Amino acid sequence: MLSRVAERIYWTARYLERAENTARLVNVYSKMLLDLPGGVDIGWYNLVTLNSAEQLFGQKFKRRDERNVIRFLLADPDFSGSVLTSLKMIRENIRTTRDALPAEAWEQANESTLFATSRLDEGLRRGDRYEYLDGIIRCCQQLSGLLDTTMRRDAGWEFFRLGRNLERADMTSRLLDAGASMLQEHPGREEPLNLVQIVCGNVLRSASAYQPYRRVIKGPVRSRLVVRFLLEDELFPRSVAHCIDQMIDAAGALPRQRRVLKLLKCERKQIFAELDEEKLEHDLRDYLNSLQLQLADFHRAFSHNWFALEQPGDT
Amino acid sequence: MTIDWKQYNPGDFYDELISTPGHPRAPARRLVSYLGSLTADEMEARRITAEATIQEMGVSFTVYTDEGNIDRCWPFDIVPRVIDKKLWDVAAAGLKQRLQALNLFIDDLYHEQKIVRDKVLPRHILDESQNFRPECVGFSPPCGVWAHICGTDLIRDRDGRFYVLEDNLRVPSGVSYMLENRAITKRVLPEMFDSYRILPVDDYPDKLYDTLAAISPRHQREPVMAVLTPGIFNSAYFEHAFLAQQLGAELVEGSDLLVGENDCVYMRTIDGLEQVDVIYRRIDDLFLDPEVFRRDSVLGVPGLMRAWKAGNVALANAPGAGVADDKVVYAFVPDIIKYYLDQDPILENVQTYLCDDPKQREHVLKNIDSLVIKPANESGGYGMLIGPHATEKERREFAARIRKNPRNYIAQPTISLSTAPTVTDRGKVEPRHLDLRPFVLQGLDLEVTTGGLTRVAMCKGSLVVNSSQGGGSKDTWIVDRKGD
Repeated sequence: MLSRVAERIYWTARYLERAENTARLVNVYSKMLLDLPGGVDIGWYNLVTLNSAEQLFGQKFKRRDERNVIRFLLADPDFSGSVLTSLKMIRENIRTTRDALPAEAWEQANESTLFATSRLDEGLRRGDRYEYLDGIIRCCQQLSGLLDTTMRRDAGWEFFRLGRNLERADMTSRLLDAGASMLQEHPGREEPLNLVQIVCGNVLRSASAYQPYRRVIKGPVRSRLVVRFLLEDELFPRSVAHCIDQMIDAAGALPRQRRVLKLLKCERKQIFAELDEEKLEHDLRDYLNSLQLQLADFHRAFSHNWFALEQPGDT
Repeated sequence: MTIDWKQYNPGDFYDELISTPGHPRAPARRLVSYLGSLTADEMEARRITAEATIQEMGVSFTVYTDEGNIDRCWPFDIVPRVIDKKLWDVAAAGLKQRLQALNLFIDDLYHEQKIVRDKVLPRHILDESQNFRPECVGFSPPCGVWAHICGTDLIRDRDGRFYVLEDNLRVPSGVSYMLENRAITKRVLPEMFDSYRILPVDDYPDKLYDTLAAISPRHQREPVMAVLTPGIFNSAYFEHAFLAQQLGAELVEGSDLLVGENDCVYMRTIDGLEQVDVIYRRIDDLFLDPEVFRRDSVLGVPGLMRAWKAGNVALANAPGAGVADDKVVYAFVPDIIKYYLDQDPILENVQTYLCDDPKQREHVLKNIDSLVIKPANESGGYGMLIGPHATEKERREFAARIRKNPRNYIAQPTISLSTAPTVTDRGKVEPRHLDLRPFVLQGLDLEVTTGGLTRVAMCKGSLVVNSSQGGGSKDTWIVDRKGD
């Protein structure tokens, strides 16, 4: 398989996750807003920080308010994490790899883009936002499900899994970060007691993890347990551990995988070895940040190994 | 209601199926009577079947519009064109003869230029050629062949004889549609394949494979081949993908390839870099290698010419082959055949006046209102003047251009393309003009497609057969009537 084709399939998967998860991320914030007691200010701009997009945002908007942040996250053409940009990238990548993907994927990608563009106004209005975001998530899941049930399990599929799980792990860490940043802004005894409850509940729900958490943990929602669940539960498909295991599995099925596989396995151990109570309590945001850097390293390893070959002998 | 063949009147053009109203030509007799037995509803049902088949098979071409590029379905007419094998055999021999001579000609131009020294081709015509590539001088490609794949446009004049209109030696396209047209017709008119001996066309991909394998620098059992495409936005992208698939070759873009320090070409695959032996390139010379030709080309591969000249990769067609794809050189092809092969040309050219020659130029300027003026190096019908349809002002402008740059223009009489019955409305047929593009291959052997791609001008009276300008196509049957 040509590196270019593999890379485009990989990015199709990444953007598909990205579109869905950006929608989830905006959803958490919007819902928390509904749940929080009056007078608790919510830092919309955190969503920009979480996506490491401060600079780009600064070039476009002065006011860091809800309206601008939402517009930026849903529709900004230059922000590669915006829902519309992600959907357009999915469409372009599928368009140029049509031979390697099921034919219906192209139609589904077109429909998704059409939905997201034509009903954007609803997403920008607070009142209709939930439905819009829900629609986006559904579109993504439809395409995802289509590929899941129709793609041949060849190298293309493994690259799809690599991209999907890398992006998903990354976005799960950002969802946690979103919660953590919210709690950090309101460190507080003076705050109503249920703030932790509200934030954690919404983080779980936005990752579709509320019920699984309840079933596994069988206890109240506590921030530390929520973090551990979303990081460590090997059986929950959006947990970081599960995503890394999936990447290990996918890489294992690809040619010339030795170095990548070694890196993935080695870092998997490292990532969870570092996770002690101290970290969970005080340095969670630093920990999540370094986790994101580690995931970026995985991407570089994939790219170097399979996509961007430069000289003969450069294997 | 059925087709009333007595009402079908091609006028004074040569019609492929009907000689005079109500009288089909001998090879077409069974087809004509079969079509005549179908009701309008049945005809319409066949047409719908064809349309559905085309959509199912995804046969498309790309049209450029303001709203982006759209894949259009391939316009296809269900009434085939029928040509007798005996007649075709002569044309095929002529096509082979022509390509063989052209390849000797190109090879000579890049070596000793004997034909110029012997004054058969005037020196200044070569000097002013836009498609001569000095970078290729002295190079000897495998098998001595420069143009491996040639698409020759044939037309039939009022006398019913085949004439060569032009030789496309750069990146001729259309062969995939020829193959698809046959596949469609087998579904639409299956009965006819019992009552005729229609020669098959589907061996083309195998012959193309053999041609390309013959020029591979590494003599291994299965050379690594790639089809180099400018990408999805090219109007012939469907064909590039189709041929790659048929050849078992990778469909690559420039960025998929790289040239190593050892001057070998590699493609980037997930298994690592894989050396490529033969590249069937579907991009123009000038975009091939930014190190040598256009520096701003992002379609090509830096170092590709180096690798080619080192003999580490074969390119089909070879860079520089386009020197013979020039409307002025075209006028000399009969002389070229005579010079290199010492044979009379089997296929004739359309009469051509060289504006470069003072006497012929005078004739052209005097008769500009009845001639077609063509620039020497354009393709796709750009920059032409059709004398009889032009305004006085346009003619004056063109005359000035000819005087200013005579080497750049040729003139031909307005040609009367032959016609064939074409479905125009529910169950109705009318004559429409058409041409024929057979594909000729030269590697170790010379091969010609059985027939070729018939292109039809779908609008009444139109002579424009290009698919981008409302042209369609038909299946082309070469029928063997021996023993009938």
